Amino acid sequence: MERNLAYVALFAALIAVLGLVPQITLISGVPITAQSLGVMLCGTVLGARRGALAVLLFLLLVALGLPLLSGGRGGLGVFAGPTVGFLIGFPVAALVAGLVVERWSVSLAFASLAGAVLGGIVVLYAFGIVGMSVVLGKTLPEAALLATPFLVGDLIKAGLCALLTDALARVRPGALLSRP
Amino acid sequence: MLTLTSPCETALHRLPAAGKLAALAVLTLTLMRLTDLRLIALAATATTLLYCAQGRIFTLHGARMLRPLWPFLLVLALWHGVSGELARGAAISLRLLTAVALANLVTMTTRLDDLIAVLERLAQPLAWLGLKPRVLALALALAIRMTPVLLAKTSILLQAWHARSPRRPGWRVVLPVLLIALDDADHVAEALRARATL
Repeated sequence: MERNLAYVALFAALIAVLGLVPQITLISGVPITAQSLGVMLCGTVLGARRGALAVLLFLLLVALGLPLLSGGRGGLGVFAGPTVGFLIGFPVAALVAGLVVERWSVSLAFASLAGAVLGGIVVLYAFGIVGMSVVLGKTLPEAALLATPFLVGDLIKAGLCALLTDALARVRPGALLSRP
Repeated sequence: MLTLTSPCETALHRLPAAGKLAALAVLTLTLMRLTDLRLIALAATATTLLYCAQGRIFTLHGARMLRPLWPFLLVLALWHGVSGELARGAAISLRLLTAVALANLVTMTTRLDDLIAVLERLAQPLAWLGLKPRVLALALALAIRMTPVLLAKTSILLQAWHARSPRRPGWRVVLPVLLIALDDADHVAEALRARATL
């Protein structure tokens, strides 16, 4: 119990840190936030249940008014903005990524990649696109068009998530709670 | 750690947090149903007046909090400029700005501990599902405390990188940050186990 609580709290903090540290540029010249990488890692490292709880805790902190979203955004306003769908999709993304890693017994790197792509891109974009279409008054295909510029960055992040999860399992085999 | 609550003490700060949250929910749902530009403009004007009544510094701070929306407003302007439905574009943009501004107003005028008190009351029914309000409060407190700790450790890590390499730190830095988070979690778990029963 204590261990689960500590992991959930620390990974909520990790998502915040990955969104706030601007120095981490994933590909040179293109500034993309590592925040959604944190969400993917919550799922692949902590597993479905704990990962989703960590992301929910992070969102709770944001809703309470802490400026933890990338770019120092936060407060209730972000839940009325165009990116609300992505926020609602965050915990589901971690849940799906965790489920894939837990249930699919292929090599860890491949399972993490599949989980990160399925959770952090397919599921997350589905939520995000619906959110944008509602708030911005666009049809679903039009909203999908607005999300495409971020696709390349998120594919890179899914790849990095797989690399990092695999590397973590090598240096600290016991630490991977998604595959105990 | 800094919160987004405004340091300018206003009359709105003294209203009960639960009331403000309920009013915000009702207003946002109503606003989302509006499509008539005149009604939306009325709501936007009312919101602006509400901000202005709280003083100049507060209003400027509120305007700054709307800044992250500009890419979306730009897209809407281009989109409806090309399609020619300018009134519709103006209605959507104004509705978006008003909804976000209203929500920001609650965040700016409600202190963190008041919001947490409301949250604890709302979370009481969750005890039936096995989530004790005490555990939720502890998780919130831990995450609030550990975020600056992890941020400080990460910046030390980045300084160590800069001391050794002329290149910018890349994604490789994330692995040690991940390890720090896992180690800290283990230490926190041990400390919790030694001190309390959950």
